[in-house]
Amino acid sequence: MTTTMATSEATPRKAKVGSLERQRRWALGGSYAALSVFVVIFLVPPFYMIMTSLKSSAEISAQQGSPWVVQNPTLDNFIYLATNAQFQRYFLNSVWVTGLVVILSMTIAILAAFSLSRMGFKGSQVISTGVFLTYLVPPSLLFIPLFQIVGALGLINNTWVLVLLFPTLAVPFCTWLMIGYFSSIPKELDEAALIDGANYLQILLKVFIPVAMPGIIAATIFAFTVGWGAFLYPLAYLYSADQAVLTVGIVRELIRGDVFAWGTIMAACVMAAAPPILIYTFLMDYYVAGLTAGATKG
Amino acid sequence: MAQVTLRKVVKKYDEVLAVRGIDLDIVDKEFIVLVGPSGCGKSTTLRMIAGLEEISDGDIAIGGDVVNDVPPKDRDIAMVFQNYALYPHMNVYENMSFGLKLKRTPKDEIERRVKQAAQILDITELLDRKPKQLSGGQRQRVAMGRAIVRDPKVFLFDEPLSNLDAKLRVQMRTEIKKVHQKVRTTTVYVTHDQVEAMTLADRVVVMNAGLIEQVGSPNDLYHSPATKFVAGFIGSPAMNFIACRVEQAAGALRLRLSDTLSFPVPADRTARYTPHVGKPNLLLGLRPEHIIETRPHIEPNQHDFEILIDVVEPMGMETLVYFTIEGTEVCGRVNPNAGATAEKPMKLRADLSNMHLIDDSTGKVL
Amino acid sequence: MANGRTIAIGIGTEASAASRRAGSLKKLARRRSTTALLLCAPLIVLIVGLKLYPTFYAIFLSMLDRKMEHFVGLDNFAFLLTRPSFQLVIFQSCLFAITAVVMKAVIGFIVAHLMHNIRGRNQRIWRGLLLVPWVIPLALSTLTWWWLFDPSYSALNWTLNWLGFESIPFLGTTWNARIAVIAVNVWFGAPFFMIMYLAALKSVPEQLYEAAAIDGATAWQKLRFITLPMMRNIILITMLYSLIVTFADFDIVRILTNGGPQDSTHLFATYAFNVGIESGNIPRGASVSLFMFPVLATLAFFVLRDVLKRSREVST
Repeated sequence: MTTTMATSEATPRKAKVGSLERQRRWALGGSYAALSVFVVIFLVPPFYMIMTSLKSSAEISAQQGSPWVVQNPTLDNFIYLATNAQFQRYFLNSVWVTGLVVILSMTIAILAAFSLSRMGFKGSQVISTGVFLTYLVPPSLLFIPLFQIVGALGLINNTWVLVLLFPTLAVPFCTWLMIGYFSSIPKELDEAALIDGANYLQILLKVFIPVAMPGIIAATIFAFTVGWGAFLYPLAYLYSADQAVLTVGIVRELIRGDVFAWGTIMAACVMAAAPPILIYTFLMDYYVAGLTAGATKG
Repeated sequence: MAQVTLRKVVKKYDEVLAVRGIDLDIVDKEFIVLVGPSGCGKSTTLRMIAGLEEISDGDIAIGGDVVNDVPPKDRDIAMVFQNYALYPHMNVYENMSFGLKLKRTPKDEIERRVKQAAQILDITELLDRKPKQLSGGQRQRVAMGRAIVRDPKVFLFDEPLSNLDAKLRVQMRTEIKKVHQKVRTTTVYVTHDQVEAMTLADRVVVMNAGLIEQVGSPNDLYHSPATKFVAGFIGSPAMNFIACRVEQAAGALRLRLSDTLSFPVPADRTARYTPHVGKPNLLLGLRPEHIIETRPHIEPNQHDFEILIDVVEPMGMETLVYFTIEGTEVCGRVNPNAGATAEKPMKLRADLSNMHLIDDSTGKVL
Repeated sequence: MANGRTIAIGIGTEASAASRRAGSLKKLARRRSTTALLLCAPLIVLIVGLKLYPTFYAIFLSMLDRKMEHFVGLDNFAFLLTRPSFQLVIFQSCLFAITAVVMKAVIGFIVAHLMHNIRGRNQRIWRGLLLVPWVIPLALSTLTWWWLFDPSYSALNWTLNWLGFESIPFLGTTWNARIAVIAVNVWFGAPFFMIMYLAALKSVPEQLYEAAAIDGATAWQKLRFITLPMMRNIILITMLYSLIVTFADFDIVRILTNGGPQDSTHLFATYAFNVGIESGNIPRGASVSLFMFPVLATLAFFVLRDVLKRSREVST
């Protein structure tokens, strides 16, 4: 600082540069400070989730000292859950349901998006618009009539009902996302492939899917997030513990138990939140790209 | 045998006629350039030959077979696109071999052909690279390579050089010409750049508003344009068009440009222009290089005139001068040492042996 | 297509072949659009069967009596409107959605700006941390909030006491509970606004700010005359979209308060769940959900209008 002061007295022009620099540094410092406050607030629940998951029931009930720190960290909660048949069942149910939902949703979305963005037929515009519109219909508007419908299909309290219903949550947005990605592929590329002798299936498999891979990853992440985290449909249609998936299993079944089971409950939350968090950590850019699709266009 | 024949080809987009019935015979091994302003239908024509656009009416034949209903892949053609259309996820080798692979060509045959094409285009070192890692000129070569390996009956080029900078464009132009001389495949090339058309083509097809204006060798088009459009489109700077009248005086024809300016019509053209004496709407078409400085050591000439120069543009090897006749701006090309000065009068000579007389109401060159 | 058309010499021998094939062009086009329709079929079946049909079925259900035997017209709707508990649902849903969305937008806007000041790698890290609430499945993070709000073990109250304040019954009184559910929704949704606004901020060309700086604009003027107009579309569409989702929210209230205390925090979705699924009055539950429909349809109309307008601009 002293050196800048010295030069600033010598040449007034330099002083201006210095103050601009200083101003910028202040702005940056202020931004960091304010952001830190937000980060702390935003991360309180996940932090507390992890802290609690490492506590024993005795420590929770004793209420000695700050609840924000663990005095005697233990993995007992995790070990208990990992060996608990009930929890294993929830986890497995979540895994296979979400896996099937992702495969199903992506297949439907990619085929439809390819058709709508490239092959164009009478009414394709209407369908594209309709797809977007149904994306805006929330599940809470439909769960009661669907209760009757899945009841008629004999799927109440059957985990397969989720494989049937979750695609309705994922497919509209995935299709919309894929239409966007496919439309950004230059028309000449499929023409070149057409001249090279590819048929439509080959164009889709060998050109569109590899080229639109970032979009496919983004859409897959979205479908996964929806399938993994959905709460209303499983809560409404699955009532026995062996059919439940993680979200309802944890919220409904674990809470029934011991009053001081919070360590176990939080450990279950940590384990259930881990897959989406892991995916997010490694594929953050795709995650964000899927989230903000279209935000930069206008 | 790979001639391409177009008969009364029409393209309609919802009642808008993009191509309005064109006939064209492209000979085997010929390099044909379709040139014209944007929206003249040249790209549409090319895409119809490729099979990327359905034709609304007429016939297109490649190598004697009508291909109206044949999908692009069965037409035995290859196309180079304006934006290259290289598959971004494949490396150069895969890009070039994709078409052959789809046709289930044996592996060693593919390799042989790709290597050979890479050699012709001098891209052997690039075979492992992805398109993203290539410069514009290299991508252009790969796009050409992709066309060459398929050994098609016809090459189609859709404005392949317009994404390159000026220097590279000239270089690639020569490259394309060299390649054609080596592989000798019938080529249809679309561009809006008349210089490209002139330098590359065996024959140039000038199109305007969905119709063919004229087909001919570059020299034909340059020296004997059939229409005002062709005359104005080919050549840079463009041909001057000056309103004029043909007058008969004392048994000779004179071309009158203004009250004070008139020239005798060259003797060999007298018979041709006599029917147009006194007609309205005539234009004198004269290229800038045919308006030159007078040279004192050559005898004075009836085609000399003195005029006030408005603007002077030195180009190095020549100087362009601009002046006005009856409100029309006219450009001339003079020697840099002729002493042209803005806002000073200058003695110029109109070389009418290269003139064109144009009927402005029909657009025809008379 | 080939009717009465003469074919020039040179390709004359092909004339008959050409006219024979004339129909195949149309057939080709037809096959192409059949394929296209086929590829769309799963999507159409899914949407018609599990979105469109249930919507109409809901309307039908809402006009039946409790036993679903008799048609009662609009009685269910009329009855609901006279019930004080349902009037509270309407009030709370509107309060919840509007307050939460406005706060999410404001916080998102501020955080996005702070973040925009930081460039390069650091921004990625901060963005990564701030997006965490959005990534955790909402049901699970709400459960954690519940634990944070726990009447006897609340870590938040412990902190308040430690700082010398009184404990707060977070979910115990009407207004506390209302504020709590809104706070959790803001916590969960603000990162989404932040990420949208950050993307929009990044798309504003830097030269505009430089030009404004040369024109002598202050920071406030830059915000007022460049940032806000350039981001107007994104701000609006994000808020509209979020209004729809927030208005129809279920997870937070269901887990945190389940409508309590005294039905004061019920939203349409949770109330419909109680009435329709838990109490087994399917028609009345359907009616409760359908009350959302006009609001959602209006919001969806504006979102759609903007999206269509933008896709038209992109295509031209």
